[in-house]
Amino acid sequence: MKLSSAAHDGKALSWQVKDHVIEVALHRVPCNELGSLSLEELEKFADAFGGLQRDAHALIIYSDLKAGFCAGADLRELYKRSQAMDKAEALKGVRDFLERIHRVLNLIDAAPLTTIAAVHGVTFGGGFELALACDLIIADKMARFCFPELRLGLIPGFGGIPRLKRDLGNAVVRDLLLTGRSFNATKAQQIGLVSQVVAEGEVLRAARATAAQLGKFDRETAAAAKRFIKPIPHEELRREIDIFCDLFSRPAVEAGLKKFVESTEAQPYLP
Amino acid sequence: MKANDMPIADQTLDEILSLASLHFKVPREKLNPDDDFFKALGIDSLQTLELLTRLENHFHVELPDYELQGVTDFRTLAGKIQARL
Repeated sequence: MKLSSAAHDGKALSWQVKDHVIEVALHRVPCNELGSLSLEELEKFADAFGGLQRDAHALIIYSDLKAGFCAGADLRELYKRSQAMDKAEALKGVRDFLERIHRVLNLIDAAPLTTIAAVHGVTFGGGFELALACDLIIADKMARFCFPELRLGLIPGFGGIPRLKRDLGNAVVRDLLLTGRSFNATKAQQIGLVSQVVAEGEVLRAARATAAQLGKFDRETAAAAKRFIKPIPHEELRREIDIFCDLFSRPAVEAGLKKFVESTEAQPYLP
Repeated sequence: MKANDMPIADQTLDEILSLASLHFKVPREKLNPDDDFFKALGIDSLQTLELLTRLENHFHVELPDYELQGVTDFRTLAGKIQARL
């Protein structure tokens, strides 16, 4: 195995290049919630990404945690920070966070190499949006997907709606968004979201096998094909940030976040 | 009674109890149809999602989580699954 020196081991995520594949491992307990720490480390990865690409033809993003790929935005941090500021300042902070994470996800989305999200367990909200920025989603049969944002009085804010619209039929998008229901890997494959469903514990192996196959093709051709078939919906992504911020300033959102953060129930994600 | 001889609803319930016992390491004989499964299995919110996914995979059904809101016992859960078979 050829191991590059271009490696990083952070508190929320790590990356390394192995066999010409960049592997990003998420490992922030309890379930890779995306807050300020994760964003800072994602931005570090984004800064390093250009250099890493010189020695790689593929990127795999996966989670080292048993609980799942990623439970989405760190709502506890969001609520706590919002409570410590006045409303205008909190809204400015939210917009800044969204714009920063959009920059990272847009970079992954448009990368001139093939990107794979290898997901298992909880793949909710922002975690689902991170997976959607990738070219392929390979799922463990125990993966579960959900956009629960409407339950909080919000819409997905990390690019979820434009990327879902790009990949799926509008009726399916409406179902997933407007019901906020969670669904399993089999369903995700049926609707065309997931390219492979594999046995429990096999997702990283399957992603690595796929990445090895991708390495057999001419890289420039693969990049040209990707540019042709996967345009970045920049205008809709910007509109999504605006709509999210408009909704975020309403009292219902603060109440929804408070209820979620303070809940001790086994199903806190249900309204 | 063998599993094959059971009425379908009872068989569904039996399969749920066996599946829950196996995956959450609780002896099968300690699980009863009217038990609160959150308490009987000692599961948190993430494990509740795991149970839901295991049930969907086992029975090859879709169980929208909003239909299970307020469902806490194995028997009612079996009824919800039965309605989707």
